[in-house]
Amino acid sequence: MSIIEGLRLAVNGLLSNRLRSGLTMLGILIGVSAVILLVGVGNGASVAVQQQIQSLGSNLLTVFPSNARGAGGVQQGFGTGSTLTLDDVKAIANRQSSPDVVTAIPSAGGRAQLTFGNQNWNSSLTGTTEDFPSVRNYPLASGQFFTAGDVDASSKVAVIGQTVVTNLFSGEDPIGQVIKINRQSFRVIGVLAQKGSSGGFNNQDDVVVVPITAAWNYLLGGRGRNVQQIYVEATSAEATSAATTEVTQVLLDRHHISDPAQADFQILSQQDVLNSASQTTGVLTLMLGAIAGISLVVGGIGIMNIMLVTVTERTREIGIRKAIGARRRDILMQFLIESMFLAGLGGALGILVGFGLSRILPLAVSSLPTPIISMPSVFMAFGISVGIGLFFGLYPANRAARLRPIEALRYE
Amino acid sequence: MITLEGITKVYRAGEVEVPALKGVSLHIPEGEFVAIMGPSGSGKSTLMNVIGCLDQPTEGRYILDGYDVSALTDDQLAWIRNRKIGFVFQSFNLIPRVSAAHNVEMPLIYAGDSVQRRERAMAALESVGLLDRAGHLPNELSGGQQQRVAVARALVTDPAILLADEPTGNLDTESSLEILKLLRDLNQQGRTIVLITHEADIAAFAQRVVRLRDGVIVSDERQALAAELVR
Ligand SMILES: Nc1ncnc2c1ncn2[C@@H]1O[C@H](COP(=O)(O)OP(=O)(O)O)[C@@H](O)[C@H]1O
Ligand SMILES: [Mg+2]
Repeated sequence: MSIIEGLRLAVNGLLSNRLRSGLTMLGILIGVSAVILLVGVGNGASVAVQQQIQSLGSNLLTVFPSNARGAGGVQQGFGTGSTLTLDDVKAIANRQSSPDVVTAIPSAGGRAQLTFGNQNWNSSLTGTTEDFPSVRNYPLASGQFFTAGDVDASSKVAVIGQTVVTNLFSGEDPIGQVIKINRQSFRVIGVLAQKGSSGGFNNQDDVVVVPITAAWNYLLGGRGRNVQQIYVEATSAEATSAATTEVTQVLLDRHHISDPAQADFQILSQQDVLNSASQTTGVLTLMLGAIAGISLVVGGIGIMNIMLVTVTERTREIGIRKAIGARRRDILMQFLIESMFLAGLGGALGILVGFGLSRILPLAVSSLPTPIISMPSVFMAFGISVGIGLFFGLYPANRAARLRPIEALRYE
Repeated sequence: MITLEGITKVYRAGEVEVPALKGVSLHIPEGEFVAIMGPSGSGKSTLMNVIGCLDQPTEGRYILDGYDVSALTDDQLAWIRNRKIGFVFQSFNLIPRVSAAHNVEMPLIYAGDSVQRRERAMAALESVGLLDRAGHLPNELSGGQQQRVAVARALVTDPAILLADEPTGNLDTESSLEILKLLRDLNQQGRTIVLITHEADIAAFAQRVVRLRDGVIVSDERQALAAELVR
C-alpha cells in the first residue's frame, strides 16, 4: 500500500467522524499554539533584557563595594560595604595607571520625591559627575548636562529623564524650571533622551540626575560621602577584561590590600550581567516551553485514546482487509498515517493560531514583551506534533495490526 | 489444487477444549464446484477458515496450489489470501465507509498492483452487472447487490479458488438464485469453487457434495448437475 493510498484512507477515516477528529485535533492545536506563544514570549523577554543591558554600554564595568572575605569567610552581598571614595574614582580614571579605561564616574542615590507646582512624582535619584552621559550612554534630548564646575560647587541643578518630564510637566518646557527634590529646590538644566526600555524591568527613563556633591550635601542626609558604585568606561568591549585587571590593581593598591581574595570591592562587567541575565531568561523560556509541552503531551494522549476507540470500532473492517490480503504492515501504516495526519494537521493549525495570538496578545496585555517566534521553533513544533502522532498512534496501530483475521471478522 | 490431510482444529475457550474438526482429509481438484454441507455447528466455517488460510489447523497438512500452508508466515498467508483466494461471506463484509468501486479495488491495493486498478475494478463490477452502482456506498445497495459487489471483489485479483460461506444465507430466493448462477458461471469459466451451505437445494448447484457432521466427513459424492434443472 502506498503512502498516497494511506493518506487517502486517513482523510476518509477522519472525515467519517468529523466532530471527533476535530476535537482530537483541538488538543494538539492548543498544545502547539501554547508552545509557539510561550516560547515566543520567553524569547521576547530574553531579547528585551539583552537590549536593555546592551543599551547601558557593552564596554561598561561596575565596581561595587563589598566586605572582604575575612577570617569568618562570610561574604556579603553587593553594595553592603562603604569602601569606595571619590578619590578611588579619580585614580581609576587616571590613564597612566589604567590605559584601557576611558573614564570613570561615581554613583550614589536612592528614591526621591519630586514636586513641581502641584505635581508629585517618586523617582530614582542618581548623584554622579559630569561624565555620566558618555559613560552610561545617556545622550541629552535638550538643555545641557552639569559640568565639573557644578560638581565642585555642589550646584543645585538636575537633569531629568523622559518619564519624569511626562509626570511632572504638562506641556511646558522643563528647562530652567525649579523643581523640589526631597523638599530642596533644584533647577532643571537638561532632559535625557528616551532610552525606550520595555516594560517589566527598571525604567531607565524614570531618573533624576544631580551632581554627586549636591546629592551628598542636600539629599542623602546622614549617609556620609559614600560612593555606592563606580561605573568605568573601558576603551572598547574587547578591552573590558584588561580594564578589569587594571581597575582591580589600582583599587587593591589604594586600599592597601595585597591578597586579591581579600578585596573589599567587586567588579562586574556588562558581559557578566548579560551572561547571567541570558541564563535566567533561558531558564524562563525553558520553563514556559515545558509547561506548554505538557499540554502537547495531553493532546497526544487524546490522540491515543481516540485511535484506540477507532481501532475497536473498525475491528471488523480490519478483519475484512486482512482477509482480502492486507499484511500487518498495511494495517499498521493505515492507522499510523491516520494518527500522524491528525496530529500534523492539528500542529499546522496550532502554528497559525500561535502566530495569531502572538500578534494579538501584546496589544491586549501591554506589559508582555513582544513575542519573538523563530522559524526553527515553528518547524520543530510541527515536527514534534507529527512525532506525537507517531508515538501515541503506535500502540493503537500495532494493536490493530496484530488482530487475527478470523477473530476480527467475528467481531460485532 | 486443495489437499487436506488429517486436519484437526481444537478451539480453546478458557479451560474447555472444543474440537471443531476431527481429522478431515479432502482433495479438491482444479475447476471443481464443491458444496460442503452439514448442520449448524458441524465445523463447516472452521473448515472454510482453514482452506481460506484465515486460520491455522491444530494438526494436519494443507497443501494449496503447491504451497504447504502450515509452514507459511502471517505475511505469506496474507499474500496467498490476496492472490489465490476470493472470499464471499454470509454477511457480505463490505467496508461501509467506501464506495462499491473502492471496495472492489481494495484487494488490488494490497496486491501492490497499480496497473489499471480502477479499470479492473470496473470490469469486475460489470461482470456482476453492477457497473451503474460503482459510486454507491454499500448501505445504498440491496442485500443481493451487496453480495454481488462482494463477488466482484473476490474476483478482481483473478484468484484460482472462490470460497463462499453461506453466501445466500442473508438473501431472498431471487437474489440467492442470482448469486448461485453467478458462481456456476464462474465455475464454467474454470474457477474452483467451494460453497458452504446447510440447504440441500443450494448444494444442488455443485458437482460434488461433501457432508460434514461433528467435525468429520460422513459422505462425499458426485452428483449429476441438478442445477441444470433449475435453469
Ligand atoms: N472461536 C471459537 N471458539 C470456540 N469454539 C468455536 C469457535 N468457533 C467455532 N467454535 C465451535 O466449533 C464448532 C464448529 O463451528 P463452526 O465451524 O462455526 O460450525 P458451522 O459453521 O458448521 O456452523 C461449534 O461447536 C462451535 O461452537
Ligand atoms: Mg458457519
